[in-house]
Amino acid sequence: MSLLTVQNLQQHFPVRGGLLRRSVASCKAVDGVSFSLGEGETLGLVGESGCGKTTLGKAIVRLLKPTAGSIQFDGQDITHAGIGALRPMRRHVQMIFQDPAESLNPRHTVRDILEEPFIVQKMGTKDERRKWVLDLLDKVGLTASSTDRFPFEFSGGQRQRIGIARAIALKPKLIICDEPVSALDVSVQSQVLNLLLDLQRDMGLSYLFIAHGLNVVKHMSDRVAVMYLGKIVELAPAEELYHNPRHTYTKALLDAIPMADPTKRRERQLLRGDVPSPINPPAGCAFGHRMKHPNWEQSVNMDLTLKEISPGHFVQPCPCCT
Amino acid sequence: MSSTILQVENLVTAFDTDAGRMTAVDGVSFDVPSGKTLGIVGESGCGKSVTAFSITRLLPQPHGKILGGSIRFEGRDLVTLPLDEMQKTRGNEISMIFQEPMTALNPVQTVGRQLAEAILLHKECSKAEVLARSIDMMKKVRIPAPEQRLNEYPHQLSGGMRQRMMIAMALINKPKLLIADEPTTALDVTVQAQILELIADLQKEMGMSVILITHDLGVIAEVCDEVAVMYAGRIVERASVFDLFANPLHAYTQGLLESIPRLDSKPKTLLKAIPGNVPGIADFKPGCRFAERSGREHNQAHLTIRPPFVEIAPNHFVEHCPICVS
Repeated sequence: MSLLTVQNLQQHFPVRGGLLRRSVASCKAVDGVSFSLGEGETLGLVGESGCGKTTLGKAIVRLLKPTAGSIQFDGQDITHAGIGALRPMRRHVQMIFQDPAESLNPRHTVRDILEEPFIVQKMGTKDERRKWVLDLLDKVGLTASSTDRFPFEFSGGQRQRIGIARAIALKPKLIICDEPVSALDVSVQSQVLNLLLDLQRDMGLSYLFIAHGLNVVKHMSDRVAVMYLGKIVELAPAEELYHNPRHTYTKALLDAIPMADPTKRRERQLLRGDVPSPINPPAGCAFGHRMKHPNWEQSVNMDLTLKEISPGHFVQPCPCCT
Repeated sequence: MSSTILQVENLVTAFDTDAGRMTAVDGVSFDVPSGKTLGIVGESGCGKSVTAFSITRLLPQPHGKILGGSIRFEGRDLVTLPLDEMQKTRGNEISMIFQEPMTALNPVQTVGRQLAEAILLHKECSKAEVLARSIDMMKKVRIPAPEQRLNEYPHQLSGGMRQRMMIAMALINKPKLLIADEPTTALDVTVQAQILELIADLQKEMGMSVILITHDLGVIAEVCDEVAVMYAGRIVERASVFDLFANPLHAYTQGLLESIPRLDSKPKTLLKAIPGNVPGIADFKPGCRFAERSGREHNQAHLTIRPPFVEIAPNHFVEHCPICVS
C-alpha cells in the first residue's frame, strides 16, 4: 500500500486586480497532478522554475488549501483537514527547505530549534528532550557542543544538517525535500546527499525529492516525475527515464545538463524561450505550444491523462511531444 | 605557444576589516590565451570573484586592495594603471557580466537607456546610431522584438532575458576580454544551456577571450579550453580542460570530480564526499590549505610552508604539496 496518494490535485491562486481587488484571473500553479509514493521510496520531482514543484510540496504538507483533488496520507484523506486534525499528521510529514539560512530562526539556539517539535507535540520531559536533541545532533553528524550556538555560527552545510535534524526529530514517515542542496557548495552537497541516503536506510523514510538538477534527482530517486507548467508530463523509474525518455520536454531537460566530461561535448537540441506563465496557460499540451509543434492543435481537445506505456513508465499522450 | 591577452602574475588581494587584514587572493598566477576561454572553478569564498574584481579594478573601496603582483593586459599593467585610463578600458576592452542580472541592472531605468549609456561612455554617437547599434546588439543576443524591449524595465524581463541584456551591455563595445562571473548560476538548466551557447557563439564571431567563473564543473567541461581550480585563495591546479578531467593531480580536484552525482552512476549509492567544510578566510593556513579535508596525514612542514606552484607536465600546473599530489 502506498503511503501517499495524490489524485488530480489542483492548486490555483487568484490574481487580483482592479479597484475592488477582485479576482481577475487564476494562476494554475498545480493543475491536475496524480502520483503515489510508497514506504521507503523516493520520488524525484524535476522541472524548471515556476513549474509548480514547490507549490506541490507545500500543498502536500498542507501549508496551502488545495483547490481540488485529493491527498491521502497513510490511509487518511487530509485534503481538507483542519488545523486540529492536521497536527497528529504533521508528526509524520516533515519538510526540508532550500535555504537553511532562511528556514531556521536566527534568534533561536540549535537546542531551541530541535526541541520545538517535541514541545509542539507535547512529548517527553525537559531532560528527555535534551537527550533527544543530543541524539539528533549525533545522527546528522554535528557535535554536542553545537546546542547552545545560533544558526549564523554554522556554515551552509552544517545549517542544512540542523534543518535535517529538525525534520527527522519526530521520526516522520515522509519528508518533502525542497531543493535541499541547491544552495550548498559542491563539496558539501555530496555530504548532505549521503546523509539523506543514510537516514532513509536507517529510518525507512519516504522522500519527495524536489530539485531542478536532473543529475541530483536521478541519483537520489527510485522514480522521477517531470513537471511542466503545473502538470506531470512523464513519470518513470529513474534509470528508465534516463535511458528511455519519451516526452520531448524530458529529453530537452536531460540534454541541457552540462556533463562533467569534456570528451563528451555535443551539439545540443536547445530549448528556445522561457517557461510560459501559469496564469492562463495554453490549452492542450503546454510544451507543444512552446515548441510551436505542428501537431499541437490536435492536443487541445484531447484527454491528456498520463498513459502507462511500459510497466511503471507513464507519459502524457499528446501527439506533439511523445 | 599561442599568444596571451592577459597575464596575471602572483596577484595578492586583501581586505582591511575590523579583525585585521584578510588576504582573499593569495598569490595567483594564470594566463588567458587569445580567443580562448579560461574557466576558474572553486567553491564559495575561494577568491574567484575577488580575482575578477581585481582584474577590472572593481574591488569594494576603501577596504579592498591589490597588495602585490601584476595584471598585464596587452602590455599594460592594470594594477598601476591610472584610474581614468582604467575607466576607458573597463566596459570597452574588458567587460564583465555578473551572476544576478536583477541586481546588476538599474531597476528604474529602461534597459535601452542602460545599453545606450554603455555606448556613450566610450564613444560619441548620434541618437540614431545608438539606437541602431542597440537593436543590432539585442538581435545578436537573440532578444525577440528588440524595438519594444528597449523601452522596458528590468523587472519586465525574465531571468534569461535579463542575462541576455547584461551580455548585450557587456559586448556592445566589442571587448577583447569578457569576464563572466557565474553568469548562469541563477538560471534554469535549460536557460543556462542557451546562455552558454550564446556566449560561445559570440566569442567565435567577435574573436574575444573569456574568463568564465563558476562552481559547476559541468559548465567548465562544456565550454572551457583552460581551467584553473581555486581553493582558499590559491590556484591548486591549472591545466587544459582535457588534461584536468582526464588526469586530475591535486587531491582537491580529484575530490571535486568524484563528489558530483553523474547521470550514469547507480542511483541511491553513496557519493564520495570531501569531508569538512570550506575554510573561512580567517582560517587560511600558511601551508597546504587542503590538508584538513584531504584525509591524508600532513606533517608540520606541510602545514607551515607554502607548497610551490610547479609545471609538472607541459601546461599542467599544480600546487605541489607532496601529500595532496601523489
